[in-house]
Amino acid sequence: MSFWKKEGTQKILSSLISILIGLVVGAIVVLVVGIFNKSISLKGAWEGIRLIFIGILSTGRNASGALTWGFNPASIGNMLFRATPLIMTGLSVALAFKTGLFNIGAPGQYLMGTLATLSIALSIPSGALPGWLIWLLAFLGGVLAGALWGAIPGLVKAFLNINEVLACIMTNWIAANLVTWAFDASNFKNMVEGTKSGYIYKTTYGLVDGSYVDGAGIATAKLGLNKIFPGSQINAGILVAIILAIGVYILISKTTLGYELKACGANRHAARYAGIHDKRNIVLSMALSGGLAAAGASLYFLSGNTEFFWSTYQSLPAAGFNGIPVALLALNNPIGVIFSAIFMAMLNIVGLQLTNLTAYNEYITDVIIAVIVYLSAFSLAIRMLIAGKKKAVPPKNGYPKPGDPKPEDLKPIDKKPDAAEAVKGGDEA
Amino acid sequence: MTFLIQQTLIYAVPLMIVALAGVFSERSGIINLALEGIMIFGAFMGVLFVNLAQKAGWFVDAKAAGNWLALQGFEVLAMLVAALMGAVFSLLLSFASINLRADQTIGGTALNLMAPALVLFFIRLIANQNTLQMATGDSASWFMIKKSTLGFEKNADLGFFGNTLLHKVYLATYICILIFIILSVILYKTRFGLRLRSCGENPQAADSLGINVHKMRYAGVSISGALAGMGGFVYSLTTANCTSNGDVAGFGFLALAVMIFGNWNPLNIAGASLLFGLFKCIAAAYSSLDINGDGVYMLAQIGISSHLYRMLPYIITLVVLAFTSKGSRAPKAEGIPYDKGQR
Repeated sequence: MSFWKKEGTQKILSSLISILIGLVVGAIVVLVVGIFNKSISLKGAWEGIRLIFIGILSTGRNASGALTWGFNPASIGNMLFRATPLIMTGLSVALAFKTGLFNIGAPGQYLMGTLATLSIALSIPSGALPGWLIWLLAFLGGVLAGALWGAIPGLVKAFLNINEVLACIMTNWIAANLVTWAFDASNFKNMVEGTKSGYIYKTTYGLVDGSYVDGAGIATAKLGLNKIFPGSQINAGILVAIILAIGVYILISKTTLGYELKACGANRHAARYAGIHDKRNIVLSMALSGGLAAAGASLYFLSGNTEFFWSTYQSLPAAGFNGIPVALLALNNPIGVIFSAIFMAMLNIVGLQLTNLTAYNEYITDVIIAVIVYLSAFSLAIRMLIAGKKKAVPPKNGYPKPGDPKPEDLKPIDKKPDAAEAVKGGDEA
Repeated sequence: MTFLIQQTLIYAVPLMIVALAGVFSERSGIINLALEGIMIFGAFMGVLFVNLAQKAGWFVDAKAAGNWLALQGFEVLAMLVAALMGAVFSLLLSFASINLRADQTIGGTALNLMAPALVLFFIRLIANQNTLQMATGDSASWFMIKKSTLGFEKNADLGFFGNTLLHKVYLATYICILIFIILSVILYKTRFGLRLRSCGENPQAADSLGINVHKMRYAGVSISGALAGMGGFVYSLTTANCTSNGDVAGFGFLALAVMIFGNWNPLNIAGASLLFGLFKCIAAAYSSLDINGDGVYMLAQIGISSHLYRMLPYIITLVVLAFTSKGSRAPKAEGIPYDKGQR
């Protein structure tokens, strides 16, 4: 089999083609808007298009108003910083997909992680424990909260046969209200900086004699990364995320537990027949996913320069939902998630550059992401185009994944592909 | 009491019509997770239409002359635009899931991501802020039906029903209820409805009897898109003062829950959305709610946090599903791309 015919190559190619089409669609929107909008000249549209493709290398404008390009350490550092929570929520969604579950509950798990992490970090008095221990407790507390929250959809799916997509949507909104309620009743609301009403203290604030003082709290160590990327918010959180991604890869591909989880995802009934505890594994897989999503929140809010807007009952955090495109783009491969999350974060930075430097705004990058997700829904069709044949190569040993429709001829008529088994009360029992 | 009924209806009607949107799609065999996205898109298009029409001066004379019939026509026109654009937007879902046999859940998620992004992108370009409003006035002064618009005296007593159903209401609410009834009848009592439902239960059998499954599924999703788009605009008209900001506060997802809660059955859905509407209403206004008119604000005195009332619909859904999931009955073929070769 030549290099181009390999399944892995085709998968990566299909992702790259999705990305390219997404970027081109974004560029077309920018061009069309530029033509029809009188306040944007054609030159402005051309600047917008260039920023969409290589905005990460933008260094602003020079004295004569032309865009300048080059290595921008602040942009790259911020990109890695913003990629940190995306890696974690992407891993969360990818792990659930691998085990046959659609974890659309990552936003709720992320919020519960935020609640636990910030509560622990802000309620331990400054100096009562060493800083690194407070950091660790806050991180693990967040992970635990997310895991427990993620276990709820798993439990109702395993024991009551309620579809996990529906349960996740419900738990998302319950979490949004619960978190608002808890922070509303807490004394963590930032009262020191008058302009910051509505926000929770940063974790750099510490409790000294009953009041919060900036600088007495904790923050993730920088490990010299801020020397490499001066002017950015980067910290060691990105390293933790990468290590966890490798850990998830090992868990999924190299351990018995990972095998059992995947087996349950492929066919719950066959797995039970083979002696695997299917119910336990469904709960475990959702709990692990929840923990990963919450870890993203912990890493993000422990950074010391991020603040949480607590009155969140009407909106869910984008970082949670963006785990879905990250996982889909990576074809649910934990290592691939690292790269797709960094790509998403890059688009995010590009959006900021667009807002700052042109008449366009950052939402165009969300359109690009949506187009990419849309394309990944029929990645099989794209792969068939690449392979240039009528029938795509069926995956040899892989478990069926969402986005990978199973070979139709292997499937009895009345069985549903598990990926598509989305919103319904569950009638398989 | 009047206030309670009116507010409940205002929340319940968009839920009801969007849940019915979900029914039409799922009964034809396509899971429509994109209800939220289509609502956002429809709301934006409706508000944009109102905004542009006002700027073009279309109904300014009618407004100045107090010609309320023309203004109601304006409202209906905006609803139609929202419905049409919702149907167009939903074609993205139909195309991916019917022609390209894509994963419907992911396709729907993509639309949910796409709608707020597109909408906010254009709102920011048009309005230079994150909210698109009416060009002049507000939805109450332009579209709300009051005693005075109907020619009654300011302090005329219309009786309980008159006060509840004719004062401070929107025509859109009643149109939605009417459409809901008509479409429910169509789904159950006409040949088209039977064919549509058969495509969601056993498309192979339907096809063997000469029904074009692809066409039926396109019809189902397009009706679904039109209803969701209209529902989105009605939501923004009645609860958000005819503004669009790329968000419908999770109503699309709530409608999805209502649909499953109502077991894909219009009558149950109407009941479920009234229940959800009631809770939404209590959460929004419990402190000023005087249920039996004796001047005692009972719910405020109980002292339960409004956060709890906001959470209740979601908790109740989970609990009720826990008890009823065994009897819940989704359309059998939903989520499976139709393949002729399997007949």
